[in-house]
Amino acid sequence: MRIRLASVVKTFNTFRAVRGVSLDIPSGELVALLGPSGSGKTTILRLVAGLEFVDSGEIYFNEENATDIPVRDRGVGFVFQNYALFPHMTVAENIGFGMKVSAVKRSRAQIQERVRELLGITQLDGLDERFPAQLSGGQRQRVALARALAVDPRVLLLDEPFGALDANVRHDLRRWLRGLHEELGITTLFVTHDQEEALDLADRVVILDKGHIIQDGTPEDVTRRPVSAFAMQFLGDVNKFGAIVTDGIAALEHGVTVAASGVRNGPAEVYVRPADLQWSAEAPGLPAHILRVMSRPGSRRIVARTDSGETVEIDVDQDHPAATGDAGYLRIARATVFAADR
Amino acid sequence: MSGPGRRVPLTGDNPAFRRALIGFVLVVSAIVIVAPLVAIFAQAFSLGVDVFAKTVGDPDTQHAILLTVVTALIVVPVNTVFGLAAAWAITKFDFPGRRFLLVLIEIPFSISPIVAGVAYLFVYGLQGLLGPTLQDAEIKVIFALPGIVLASMFVTAPFVARELIPLMQAQGRDLEEAATSLGAGGWRTFLSVTVPNVRWALLYGVVLCNARVMGEFGAVSIVSGSIRGQTNTLPLHVELLYHDYNTVGAFAAASVLTVVAIVTLVAKLLIERRGAGRSPQAVSPADQPALIKRAA
Amino acid sequence: MSRRVLPGLPLTLGITLLYVSIIVLLPLGALVFKAASLGFYDYWRIVSSPRAVASYRVTVLAALAATAFNLVFGFALAWVLVRYRFPGRRLLDAIVDLPFALPTAVAGIALTALFAPNGWFGMLLAPLGISVAYTITGIMVAMCFTSLPFIVRSVQPVLEDLDTALEEAAQTLGARDGTIFRQVMLPLLTPALLAGVSLAFARSLGEFGAIIFIAGNQPFETEITSLLVFIRLEEFDYPAAAAIASVMLIIAIVMLAVINILQARSLRYMARAR
Repeated sequence: MRIRLASVVKTFNTFRAVRGVSLDIPSGELVALLGPSGSGKTTILRLVAGLEFVDSGEIYFNEENATDIPVRDRGVGFVFQNYALFPHMTVAENIGFGMKVSAVKRSRAQIQERVRELLGITQLDGLDERFPAQLSGGQRQRVALARALAVDPRVLLLDEPFGALDANVRHDLRRWLRGLHEELGITTLFVTHDQEEALDLADRVVILDKGHIIQDGTPEDVTRRPVSAFAMQFLGDVNKFGAIVTDGIAALEHGVTVAASGVRNGPAEVYVRPADLQWSAEAPGLPAHILRVMSRPGSRRIVARTDSGETVEIDVDQDHPAATGDAGYLRIARATVFAADR
Repeated sequence: MSGPGRRVPLTGDNPAFRRALIGFVLVVSAIVIVAPLVAIFAQAFSLGVDVFAKTVGDPDTQHAILLTVVTALIVVPVNTVFGLAAAWAITKFDFPGRRFLLVLIEIPFSISPIVAGVAYLFVYGLQGLLGPTLQDAEIKVIFALPGIVLASMFVTAPFVARELIPLMQAQGRDLEEAATSLGAGGWRTFLSVTVPNVRWALLYGVVLCNARVMGEFGAVSIVSGSIRGQTNTLPLHVELLYHDYNTVGAFAAASVLTVVAIVTLVAKLLIERRGAGRSPQAVSPADQPALIKRAA
Repeated sequence: MSRRVLPGLPLTLGITLLYVSIIVLLPLGALVFKAASLGFYDYWRIVSSPRAVASYRVTVLAALAATAFNLVFGFALAWVLVRYRFPGRRLLDAIVDLPFALPTAVAGIALTALFAPNGWFGMLLAPLGISVAYTITGIMVAMCFTSLPFIVRSVQPVLEDLDTALEEAAQTLGARDGTIFRQVMLPLLTPALLAGVSLAFARSLGEFGAIIFIAGNQPFETEITSLLVFIRLEEFDYPAAAAIASVMLIIAIVMLAVINILQARSLRYMARAR
């Protein structure tokens, strides 16, 4: 099902959580709402679910105006941040709850059959008689998902679905959820503050800050063509250099220049990912010396200080010979330039 | 339909239901709780302030007030020491029978004050275990101050302990262990680390204990003998006046106790605002999850 | 016992055990001893005498009625205090504890004054043919008053801590208010309700001060067990007082055990965790 938000505004007391957000999500897409805390991402999810009412604007499910449809009739599947599993019900009872209370009457056998099917889909076979308190974090998360899927939702909404999990469990579940989405094809919207999670999982990433959409595009769009310094910084580690732009060329210190087509003349900021900086023993480049070298699986990261006093980080090959104290030059392989705020 | 500030209703937020339930609760509370309170003062002052002042100023009433205050001055500190000791032993150490001890401490809550009074009679009374011995030594317990004090101690024994235990349980032992690792001795740790962290709960327990001591009727009525001007506490004096058909006098004496009760409620409210948390008043030791949550 | 880091166990445990022994166990032991020294036949004759049995019936019936009333009203009160905001809420929250703070004898004469035939409420009820004071209804009213805070204060903190996400989850799954209340909230509140009910019931069974003024104290009709014990004492019939008091003691201890078991069972889904 297609979901469309038109100029949605939501204020809590005096805090403006969502400030005029418009968004169009085609049927079957998997979309990440990415942003820091307070960016309004969870509020948007709750507005779509009907757990909050908009102050103004509309929400459409296909062509139907869903803005005032009560949550219980909206047909959404919602996975809560801490899962909100009913602690006094077994796994099977949790999953069957939505079918049991539904206006559509199902026989006990039908419910059991569907529960068994969902236990299979979510790889929870054999855990049906357990209580939530007896499950691991990853298992609880899948019970929450199975419970949400049991009511055949038109849209699946997940609030920080991996937030409460260990790093390795998180990684596996992410792959699994992607596979499940491809299998079921339900329009899915999830909230995260983890850029890696958003880029890994989503067809489309919506970056939010202070209740506004900063950028809305595919993982490739947002990583390769960030529209603002905020998007650039939020998506990963980045080095920042001051520069002056003249006719599409940004000039840094020491005669270093990078292309800056379309950037207005004047002061600018040059953003460079650690992987897009190179370390060279010889000029040309920005003179710097190495403070520290950190080893990572598959690479090394150099922390260096330029002669003008900026601390920068550079990713190099794991065989790179750089050592603490070395002096050398920084070269910029790829950069993104934004005009400086005035 | 939409508009600023509109919240999604939770269970029972339907406006008609909400109004009806609030109305029901307010009306019943007015009948059950507020009306008795008003009735006490209305009756006490029904013959004017002069009669009220005369009753309260009566030597027998004055003596009853004095006896009640003296009893509280003995019982409350003793129960406070006991509460602190019990809470320290139970929450800072693991030993076999810990849970059972917790139940023992709570027993007076489940037992009728009348049963308590009778039980004391069978220890210290003439027909009791120690009665004859005490009589030979000319020590008077029953129908005297010691009996009143002991019965009051029984009834209020759990008050301070039960406020402290859930809180100290939730706070754990880290702070005390840290203090000990820094070289503080036991008393030092207790006085400068433990007590400041539980001071509001402690005060709360003391206030409730005091209210109950001053108001105890059943247990005390058995062991005191209600001798006018001698072993008559204020609640017993209320009964005495009432049965003398001195209704106004009974209510005048009762209004003094009512003022103590109101002061207790105000103190409780102030203590709660200072962050002692909600009263674990009515929760049995079996209800540990709720206790711990509340204290946290 | 493992090695202890903190000091003071011998002192504090010593004080605790000594105090509990002298103040709680010694008198209760003396009571049991006195009752046991009667011999089974005499004991049974006293505790099963028609007047004693009638007093149990009056006490238990009134306590059941009062507890049932307070279950409904106390739950409603806790719900209103936690879930709604309205003027006077804080004041209401504060006066809920009045029955704990007010001496029972004071409550007794106040309720009697209200419900006597010439009292504020008695006057209204008399034309309807309802008499409260000096009947078993009066006993129930007094028990209602003194045990009211137990259920409120047991349920209130648990209701406060109930995660609203559970209700929201049930809403997204299509459940209506009634269903959410019955199937999600009520089971989670049951342990607290049980705790409150048991404390309120135990308190009502043992209540004395508030009742003797409003009850007619007629043997077989409006005489509660506590009062019967008191009367036997005044008659210097100590064996009878000991026997009947021991029945009350046994019931109190059985209640304590039952409620511990009930609570453990209703919390089994939590207990099994880890």
